[in-house]
Amino acid sequence: MIGFFRHAFVGTCAIFAREFRAYFATPVAYVFIVVFLAVSGLFTFYLGNLFDRGQADLRPFFSFHPWLYLVFMPAISMRLWAEERRSGTLELLMTLPVGLLGAVLGKFLAAWAFAGMALALTFPTWLTVAYLGDPDHGAIIAGYLGSLLMAGSYLAIGACLSAATKNQVVAFIAAVAVGFVFTVAGAPLVLDALSAWAPRVLIDAVASFSFLVRFQAIATGVLDARDLVFFVSFAATWLFANAVLVEIKKSG
Amino acid sequence: MIEIEALVKRFDGFAAVDGVSLTVGRGAVLGFLGPNGAGKSTTMKMIAGFLAPTSGTARVCGIDVTADPLEAKRRIGYLPEGAPAYPDMTAGDFLEFIADVRGLKGAERRKCLADAIERVEIGPVLEQSIETLSKGFKRRVGLAQAILHDPPVLILDEPTDGLDPNQKHHVRQLIRAMAPAKAIVISTHILEEVEAICTRAAIIARGRVVADGEPLAGGGWRFGNLRAEPGRLEGVFRALTAETQA
Repeated sequence: MIGFFRHAFVGTCAIFAREFRAYFATPVAYVFIVVFLAVSGLFTFYLGNLFDRGQADLRPFFSFHPWLYLVFMPAISMRLWAEERRSGTLELLMTLPVGLLGAVLGKFLAAWAFAGMALALTFPTWLTVAYLGDPDHGAIIAGYLGSLLMAGSYLAIGACLSAATKNQVVAFIAAVAVGFVFTVAGAPLVLDALSAWAPRVLIDAVASFSFLVRFQAIATGVLDARDLVFFVSFAATWLFANAVLVEIKKSG
Repeated sequence: MIEIEALVKRFDGFAAVDGVSLTVGRGAVLGFLGPNGAGKSTTMKMIAGFLAPTSGTARVCGIDVTADPLEAKRRIGYLPEGAPAYPDMTAGDFLEFIADVRGLKGAERRKCLADAIERVEIGPVLEQSIETLSKGFKRRVGLAQAILHDPPVLILDEPTDGLDPNQKHHVRQLIRAMAPAKAIVISTHILEEVEAICTRAAIIARGRVVADGEPLAGGGWRFGNLRAEPGRLEGVFRALTAETQA
């Protein structure tokens, strides 16, 4: 049994390393990071009015993250499985001694690590508020952690949908669409449409999926265990679906 | 070392493989012959553990590929049809990745890599990205990947497809050289290839083995009560596959 886990782990590490490096094999990684940082800065300083608020915190920075991730995370995850299926390498990968869940995990972690790197490169924003004022650094660290977890949830959606198609563009658009539903699940746009006919329980259940609502607290630096559990189990569920989809789509 | 019993694969009610049973021992090179869509690749995919059989079993070195896929996959080298590889990677990085996944380490790893690279002669192109390689080199990189861990069982789906005559000759030499220590299954459309390297041939049509043949001592092949003179395998092939397709 220990041998089984050791070997599964070996394969997962190898896949993680390959996937992570694959981002840098083409200029895609650099273009992504530059655009991500530019848009992130634009949102924070221009739309978020970080300076005019006169408060030394990163709330404007974090509060735009769900919208930022909605578009940027599918761009990271779209190639994970669609590319393997298109080029036929999925057959190679699945006949190497790697468990299916190990492969799913390796790929997801590579995408997540890449997203984490892009997120880490926003540190000048943190330095800016630290220079201008006296921010609550604990709250900022909590915000970064929560943001990273939420990025994982968007990536898990994207990875799963990438396994559903050979076409990366389709994978991207599907991931944005599904991501949008979960982002705004708690917004009036969705709840008003439900409130006319749906029972209270269902409305509450739908609202509880909302990334926006969950992230509001995190953006202010409040990391609630329930939110952490939500994002982790949300991502795990999508990754499990990802493995099932890969298995189903193998024969087709 | 390869035992297949009553293997069946159905796709939406259509039986791509319909009850194939075969055994291949050490030192044997089994050639899968058959028209396109006969079920050759599907059978190989099931042995390699890519597709799960609808029913029946495939065992590799005594290990059931469905019951213990990881252990079985460790003993198999598999070249999928078309020799897929990651186009963005260099040939060298690709083989390093395969070595990583297979958990090869230290001196053993270096020896495996050096041996595989030498055997398929891809030393000069290790630094090139796979998408820039010619078809022949791409196929050889695929072969290197399959033989990297020196597996007891090799499953090669059309290993010489799309190669020029010199490259074909080279790949056949390579398979012959490895044959004594391994159980090898290859699929091919080229009948002369079967005569050149196989110690047995199975003709597959409509998902079934319609004939299992062996070379005759005095030259030529025998499939059941059909005999083929040297270089005349095509007549037997056509006779067997045409009647099942009628």
